[in-house]
Amino acid sequence: MSTASAPKPDRAADVQKEESMRLQKQMIAGHYEDLERAPAEGRKVVYTFVPGNLTELLSSFDLLPNLPEINALQSGMRKLSGDYIQEAEKQGHSEDVCTYVKCDIGMLKKGNIGPTGRKLPPPDLLLLSYTGCFTFMKWFELLRHEYDCPVAMLHVPYQSDGRIHPHHVDYIVQQLRTEVIPKLEQVSGRRYDEARLQDSLALSARAEDDLVRVLESAKARPSPIDAYFGGVYYIGPMFSAFRGTREGVEYYRVLRAEIEERVRQRLGPITPDGPMAEERYRLVVEGPPNWTSFREFWKMFYDEGAVVVASSYTKVGGLYDRGFRHDPARPLESLAEYCLGCYTNLGLPSRVDLLEAYLRDYGADGFLINSVKSCNSFSVGQLLILRQLEERTGVPGGFIESDLVDPRYFSSGNIKNRIESYLQMLEQKRRAPAQP
Amino acid sequence: MKIFVGIDLGSTTTKAVILDENACVVGAGITNSRSNYDVACRVAREEAFVRARFNLTSQVFARDPELAAHEKSVVSALNRHFRLQHHLDQLEALREALHRSAEAPRHQEHHRELVERIDLIVKAMTERAAAHFSGLGVRKSDFFRDLAAADYMSLAEKHSDPKGIPFETLCGLFDAAILVVENSTADGSFQRHITAALDATLEAAPPALQSLGPRLRRAVDSARGLELEEAASVGTGYGRQRLPFPKEQIRSEILCHGLGAHVLFPRTRTVLDIGGQDTKAIQVDANGIVTSFQMNDRCAAGCGRYLGYIADEMNLGLHELGPLAQQSHCRVKINSTCTVFAGAELRERLSLGQQREDILAGLHRAIVLRALSLLARSGGVSEEFTFTGGVARNPAAVAALRELVQENYGERTLNISPDSIYTGALGAALFARRSAEKAA
Repeated sequence: MSTASAPKPDRAADVQKEESMRLQKQMIAGHYEDLERAPAEGRKVVYTFVPGNLTELLSSFDLLPNLPEINALQSGMRKLSGDYIQEAEKQGHSEDVCTYVKCDIGMLKKGNIGPTGRKLPPPDLLLLSYTGCFTFMKWFELLRHEYDCPVAMLHVPYQSDGRIHPHHVDYIVQQLRTEVIPKLEQVSGRRYDEARLQDSLALSARAEDDLVRVLESAKARPSPIDAYFGGVYYIGPMFSAFRGTREGVEYYRVLRAEIEERVRQRLGPITPDGPMAEERYRLVVEGPPNWTSFREFWKMFYDEGAVVVASSYTKVGGLYDRGFRHDPARPLESLAEYCLGCYTNLGLPSRVDLLEAYLRDYGADGFLINSVKSCNSFSVGQLLILRQLEERTGVPGGFIESDLVDPRYFSSGNIKNRIESYLQMLEQKRRAPAQP
Repeated sequence: MKIFVGIDLGSTTTKAVILDENACVVGAGITNSRSNYDVACRVAREEAFVRARFNLTSQVFARDPELAAHEKSVVSALNRHFRLQHHLDQLEALREALHRSAEAPRHQEHHRELVERIDLIVKAMTERAAAHFSGLGVRKSDFFRDLAAADYMSLAEKHSDPKGIPFETLCGLFDAAILVVENSTADGSFQRHITAALDATLEAAPPALQSLGPRLRRAVDSARGLELEEAASVGTGYGRQRLPFPKEQIRSEILCHGLGAHVLFPRTRTVLDIGGQDTKAIQVDANGIVTSFQMNDRCAAGCGRYLGYIADEMNLGLHELGPLAQQSHCRVKINSTCTVFAGAELRERLSLGQQREDILAGLHRAIVLRALSLLARSGGVSEEFTFTGGVARNPAAVAALRELVQENYGERTLNISPDSIYTGALGAALFARRSAEKAA
């Protein structure tokens, strides 16, 4: 499908699309404005990471979260990351270091202007919850060298046997009580207010319900959403600063209504070139997307009629579709379970099980791995995942390689060639029984 | 007759294969891709059509009881004379192009002298031409560029003079002119040259054959006149987007190599293709349908170009590398996975006094090792596997592959077709035939 041959988007879909997108854009811009004004207004800022974030707890102390990964990927999408990475390399960071880290360090060295052009405030606290990614620890070590501020560390044990045990939860709750909450009290000058946290968690659960409905809408044929390229937008507010907020609840209410309308009308996903005309391949994708050539990458899929119906990347900030909800009745315990259950904290067998379930539940024709050069926590074991899924499901897998935010590692011609070959292979397999 | 055409636009060479209605190959052509896929496509196609006409000629001969006995010798002689005619044609085109290059203002001062030298050189090249196609000599290459360059350079050296017309000036003229010759394609060369080739064949033929002259002419005329109706064509390879085909007629080279290898060796389940800039490890099922594949990423070290680069570094022809490496008795271990670094390692080893053949043996093993990692990723090496692509023509690469597969997977049947370079184009032609069948 190309711009020229695509049917004109119908007006209703256009308006609906604009509503949730407009809301999100406004929310993100507003958050960066809040961050910029924070020092002048005396608000305290906490730097923290997406997987296993404690957003509700932070907001119960009136603390503003700033998420370096989100800044990095936003900088990638806005074509700013290349310069930042080179700046970090000038400072001595190796070519093989995680490019999110280098993008963040480079941005800092160039004046810490955020992706929307707003100045980012220095942290009052570095809250390190390194769920499944050990690079996070090194990242904040670097930031601690830059800023003279306290660090709170939350150790989230890895799900080695694919289960969350009560002792895991106890261990995290104890750290929350003895390490994290006291530091948050110290930085904010407020007392821990459990009732406020509970209110916030109740809002989280409402928005989480709607997000799950949106993600699961991809079970419909045609799928009304692309659960990877569109999915990264849908998880945006939930994975960043808007979990447990009224704005978040409103965003997901509007989004869900739009998507349900698309299901009713049997419409496919909206792409940057308009609605997808025909759904030819349903794919499950593992691994983060490439951000620097995000649109070009997406186009390689929708031009061929390939829609992603489920992805693991949209679960790095929580596996809500497997039933987890924040629970106001068990505030700290449910935060602990949330941290433990993020996709990046799962062991390899659990990841294979999850992807297998997605292939089955979403009626996928194939699955594709985008292996990211500089992300060890995601990329390790991906070839094993590929083999095991092929063995278990008989669904053919594909493998492509790119990077998060280093534009030098997106080789457009090669990736396009690979994707086209892979889709043609699916097509050939599909037709195989009819052929001699 | 109905024919189906497959074109494989590779980074190094472009291949064309023509199939008949029974999926038998009737013609194949190959040319260097240069930087111009359109021209490469036309040249390879034209070559395949010429081959097809020769095949048809053979068939006509074989059907005629009086000619059948002479089929092999006559067609072979026809072929040689045809190639010579074609080569002479191109030499004339080269002379014209050289003259045009010599007209550049910077040559004004010594223009007359330059043209004299050019004419001397091309005349000598023309005299040498017959030897290339004598049937006794071994041609180092089938490409006009390679044959002409070797002759031209040696003659230019002889006819140049540092005080008058320097060697570099003559080289510069050749570089410009050869592009012009390569990029001009002549359609219908069979039609144009076959009569002269037949005349020359008959002239040199024994009296018994000469008496069959009129019969031979009729046979050649019937092969020349047969209409070849191109029912469908499919393109593949790196330059496939450049082919003037609609999207439905373009297939990924993965699928084409899989299907091509399956047709050549039906029991094949694993295909390894090492081409100019990529290496593909492909698994196929019993019907030649691709079930999984892996390709080299981000880096093309370990592909055909790696050998090309090494050949340049060593001042050798690409085809000389393998045989030289096979003379090794003490293989050197090469660690570089980067082509450019491997070149540096090569120079260092040479300076340490290590033997060229031993270093080359190490380099061949290094590229096969990279291919082996892709094979492992794609699902391993099954009972019967097929090696395709330009590198499959290299005996040292094949030997290294055999050895490493044996070490890693045990006893396996390794297939290599002498026509392995055409595997992708063959697969494409088969896809063309299938699509035409489906449309019918």
